[in-house]
Amino acid sequence: MNKADAGAPPAPGEPALPGVPQGQPFVPRSDFRRRVEEASGVDIGACFGCKKCSNGCPLAWAMDLHPYQVVRYVQLGLEEPLKKCLSIWVCASCQTCYTRCPNQVDLPRFMDHLKELIHKGGLPPAHQRSLLFHRLFLREIKARGRVFEASLMARYMLASGGAFGPEAKENARLGLAMLRKGRLRLLPSRVKDRRWLKALFAESAEETR
Amino acid sequence: MRVGYYPGCSLESTARDYAESVEGVAGLLEIELCPVPDWNCCGASAAHSLDHRLSLNLGARNLALAAGGPQPVVVPCALCFNRLKTAQAELAQDSSLVHPEVAALGRDWDKAEVVELVEFLTGPELRRQVQEAARHSLAGLDPVCYYGCQGQRPPWITGNPEYESPRSMDRLLAELGAGVRDWAGKTECCGASHAVAQPELVDELVARLYRQALEAGANCIVTGCQMCQANLDLYQERIGARLEQEVYLPVFYFTELMGLALGHPQAATWLSRHMVDPRALLARTQLPPQSWERL
Repeated sequence: MNKADAGAPPAPGEPALPGVPQGQPFVPRSDFRRRVEEASGVDIGACFGCKKCSNGCPLAWAMDLHPYQVVRYVQLGLEEPLKKCLSIWVCASCQTCYTRCPNQVDLPRFMDHLKELIHKGGLPPAHQRSLLFHRLFLREIKARGRVFEASLMARYMLASGGAFGPEAKENARLGLAMLRKGRLRLLPSRVKDRRWLKALFAESAEETR
Repeated sequence: MRVGYYPGCSLESTARDYAESVEGVAGLLEIELCPVPDWNCCGASAAHSLDHRLSLNLGARNLALAAGGPQPVVVPCALCFNRLKTAQAELAQDSSLVHPEVAALGRDWDKAEVVELVEFLTGPELRRQVQEAARHSLAGLDPVCYYGCQGQRPPWITGNPEYESPRSMDRLLAELGAGVRDWAGKTECCGASHAVAQPELVDELVARLYRQALEAGANCIVTGCQMCQANLDLYQERIGARLEQEVYLPVFYFTELMGLALGHPQAATWLSRHMVDPRALLARTQLPPQSWERL
């Protein structure tokens, strides 16, 4: 086999990627990579592993896989570790990695694509509350074409348990303070023309659940 | 001057102070803000995270509606700005994902000239106008200017040449007498919408920003993004407690400081909506008390 195709062993000083067989020939499967490249429009093959993305990432400390490792799994054709990966939910889409990448690999777009696969495939997300918040946000848009923040927060608190759990007191205190300072609108604003919204959401994953 | 205006959802609610100060300052500068008719939500993080097609369509509709009005289209929210510009770039490449119902509203997506409010209000012409009209010096305020992510990056989307170390707000506020401090946090991320579902991430990112701002000798933070303002202002008591030093850093919108310098009569109302009460700081400046004290 061609040595350049070997996913293992890792380069000197490089931690082994969990789930990648060590010390034996490993031929990357290209079907997963091709599939996600086509669907997301991101050229994952362009990454040569310089790790600039991960050095500059403001949230790398909270990730289970560094951004370059997420890319590496795709290059190796390993889908399973990415489905369980917390990093895609931790990414704040701050665009630092994409801006600094010497090969313009659109990592934030790619992280989004993985979240979309999990959401649309009905798979369990590594961060339940993040997915919940995003879904409730989309429901606001579906209902009014705009987001009504008071309703979004109330629904989130109820659905996430935040209205009852240990954080309930702080949430209530903050909500009241914002109300007092006139920072909560009490009646929603909505778009007048909503035909297009119906048509758009009829084909989205939100409609099926 | 008439310009298009895309306010976005937050400015109708949690960022009401921002909206009021934008409108107030625009009025003093004789800029007529013409809202994009029947604009819709940009989709924010939720749409681009879970449904790429939906996020593109939400942008396409806004761009089509904006193209029919006055140009440029000024956007005060950095995230809305980024989503509109991203949609525009993508539609220029491939518009096959646009739903027929949305495409029927118009396809002049490229005709909308989308500009971030910070860049718009800090252009050389308007800066000169502001400096001439200014009635009060901002001396005594030593801010660090916080630009955040979405208005800056990536530069081939935002068109911002100073994306690693922007200076637009720095220049404006220095000309108005503020003792602007340089710092390394200008375009660091505040965690944005993670504040709801993953507050522990925002706590750490914001704590780092506080530390850097204090190290730079700042006594306040100035921003042009309502998500940055919210994350820095709403939880300062909680996050400040993590630091070993006392944190008192009022978080202003740059438009609020413009309003104070220009002597806008409503500035005190805008400032009263902040969680971190800025009055103790303003009392140490040369600004006349009637401009910021609420009666």
